[in-house]
Amino acid sequence: MKILVPLKRVADPDNANKIKIPAGGATIDTTGLEWKPNPFDEYALEAALRLTENGATPKTRGGEVIVVTFGPKECETTLRAALATGADRAIRVDAKDDELDGSIVAKALRAIVDKEKPDAVVMGKQAVDGDSNQIGQMLAQHLGWPQATFAATIEEEDGALLVGREVDGGVITLRVKLPALVTVDLRIVAPTSVYSKQTKRDFKYNDGVRFAALPAIMAAKKKPLAELKLAELVSDTALKVQYSRFEAPPSRKAGIKVKDVAELVTRLKNEAKVI
Amino acid sequence: MTYLFEDDSHAALRASAKRFAEAHIAPHARAWEEAGLFPRELYSKLAEAGLHGASYPEAHGGGGGDLGHGLVIAEELILAGKSVGTVVGLGSHGIALPPILAAGTAAQRARFVPRVVSGELIAALAITEPGAGSDVAGLRTTARRDGEHYVVDGTKTFITSGTRADLVTVAVRTGGPGHAGVSMLVVERGTPGFTVGKKLDKMGWWASDTAELVFEGCRVPASNLIGDENLGFLLIMQNFATERIFLAGNCVAIAELAYREARAYVRSREAFGKPLAAFQVVRHKLADMASRIAAARALTGEVVTRHLRGEPVPALAAMAKNTATDMCSFVCDQAVQLFGGAGYMRESVVERLYRDARLYPIGGGTREIMNEIICKVEGY
Ligand SMILES: Cc1cc2nc3c(=O)[nH]c(=O)nc-3n(C[C@H](O)[C@H](O)[C@H](O)COP(=O)(O)OP(=O)(O)OC[C@H]3O[C@@H](n4cnc5c(N)ncnc54)[C@H](O)[C@@H]3O)c2cc1C
Ligand SMILES: Cc1cc2nc3c(=O)[nH]c(=O)nc-3n(C[C@H](O)[C@H](O)[C@H](O)COP(=O)(O)OP(=O)(O)OC[C@H]3O[C@@H](n4cnc5c(N)ncnc54)[C@H](O)[C@@H]3O)c2cc1C
Repeated sequence: MKILVPLKRVADPDNANKIKIPAGGATIDTTGLEWKPNPFDEYALEAALRLTENGATPKTRGGEVIVVTFGPKECETTLRAALATGADRAIRVDAKDDELDGSIVAKALRAIVDKEKPDAVVMGKQAVDGDSNQIGQMLAQHLGWPQATFAATIEEEDGALLVGREVDGGVITLRVKLPALVTVDLRIVAPTSVYSKQTKRDFKYNDGVRFAALPAIMAAKKKPLAELKLAELVSDTALKVQYSRFEAPPSRKAGIKVKDVAELVTRLKNEAKVI
Repeated sequence: MTYLFEDDSHAALRASAKRFAEAHIAPHARAWEEAGLFPRELYSKLAEAGLHGASYPEAHGGGGGDLGHGLVIAEELILAGKSVGTVVGLGSHGIALPPILAAGTAAQRARFVPRVVSGELIAALAITEPGAGSDVAGLRTTARRDGEHYVVDGTKTFITSGTRADLVTVAVRTGGPGHAGVSMLVVERGTPGFTVGKKLDKMGWWASDTAELVFEGCRVPASNLIGDENLGFLLIMQNFATERIFLAGNCVAIAELAYREARAYVRSREAFGKPLAAFQVVRHKLADMASRIAAARALTGEVVTRHLRGEPVPALAAMAKNTATDMCSFVCDQAVQLFGGAGYMRESVVERLYRDARLYPIGGGTREIMNEIICKVEGY
């Protein structure tokens, strides 16, 4: 199976206090931020790798995983990390962050899918910076492909994927015919969440996303990484989403100590108004 | 901040180490520190993640990296795991294996190294004795040749990972007095006559076990001799240089963690109607801490770079160790101070770091011995 996995880098939430919003709130100042891959995208990559291997012999690839990201040259770090984890090749669409919105990215991904003809697109359900949760759905629409969002489990069948989605009170299982688009939720990296056709059904993965060892990190430097221009993929590059204003969340007030339960209850009732 | 020598490969390892420590160390840090031990499975878990032997050759199951890779992995494990004891316990192979890799035969390397790198076996280094610490050349544990064996008699003390070690790289006296009579011998767990004397209670590094090791008529196969007989002292000294760089890196990491903890605390803690961080004197304290960390990091990074270029660095490594240990003691002390009474309580991470920091001007060669090395190299 050939799978396309879009990846986005997001500001490291551990350094969130470094995010600055210049006066007026028109933009976010990203200078000095540290970046990491969007966690849901890392889960998508892990799911794609599991779908293209026999879990018992992960060093032998049984398919192809192509990772793609949008952004400036520095974003190649995100791609190299994915290649070190096991992806086979990478594409960077050169663009500045402020040239992109969900609509443009979805259209550009469509153009890449047309070119690469993968059997599936597996992607994170959302990026943890803007939390938009749109691109998967828009891309499926552009492609006219079946989609299964918020996947918690994926099982490969002949010409289809069986996708479990956790919903309130139960699990919905969808069978999507390939080619198909799947967006994943965090449980997709549990030990028994994903099975390719080759992987035995009693096989258990380590919980979470796999680690890249140093030899793989070094080897990743030699894996193919192509660069595309945004204008080659989309004709209309006008932004559909415009941000009107950014505001920092109100800073958290220091806690207080209450002297007894009675005071706690009073304050919860009258000040916090939660009971 | 990162070291100037770092590239993408270090960044990738940092990310992995951070993720590993958040999942597998941080949730248990306090419990393991209080219990004085971490579970043995952690070695193989770390190895599976490619983080145990990243700086050893691939031929022996390692990651093919260098000292710099090991250093940044340890830093992230300390920063995200918050249990220095666990990280130094996991890392005792870093002083036990290099002599085997440097001077061991192909057969010895193949026999001892891969099973340590895979996390199956625990390795320790035993040089210090009750009667000889700084004065390594004065060690008294003897190894007398008897046919195809050495018969080892003596006691080693303060040995990191000593209670659980499966193989111990031991400094022994095979010849006359002084440094010219010292050799290195690998003693394996289960060898009759080799016992763990006692587990030692310490000021810091609680999650790392430290032990006294006793050898009584212990018969070790002569094939376990590392390098040539009576040439062990040089191996010990070479090993010390890299250990000191590593300890300096530990200090940078510990101080960075103490600084981060303090920085977060003074933002949230209020006194006199405002956050502590609103007082200029508090902010200046943080600025001094950050400056001294940056200076020690710069020097430590420089020694790594020079060492990797092949320059001999004993004096610079000693300077880096002293600079980093002084810095770390200062920064941890300031962090405790900024926490006020909470900094004296066992619940706070800085209380533990303050105790952990105290080891570094002693272990791996004391502050005074570092100065002796610097004097010798500088020629006065
Ligand atoms: C937690 C911990 C873990 C350790 N792990 C290991 C390990 O895994 N393996 C191992 O072999 N050892 C280990 N050690 C031992 C460590 O290397 C020694 O403690 C250290 O080298 C100092 O030796 P000593 O304790 O005998 O002190 P001493 O040598 O007795 O020194 C006492 C004091 O005298 C000073 N002094 C000594 N000689 C001179 C001199 N010539 N000039 C001026 N001052 C001098 C010293 O600087 C020190 O201040 C560990 C120690 C600790 C505390
Ligand atoms: C072992 C122990 C026993 C104790 N016993 C008792 C006891 O029996 N009875 C009792 O009442 N208390 C006791 N205490 C509490 C002790 O008096 C307080 O911890 C101490 O006064 C500091 O207060 P704090 O912990 O709230 O720190 P904080 O007031 O929060 O101070 C934190 C840091 O901010 C600094 N800071 C605060 N305000 C300013 C400012 N305006 N300008 C610059 N810096 C500032 C402080 O100097 C400190 O470095 C004890 C504490 C300990 C650790």
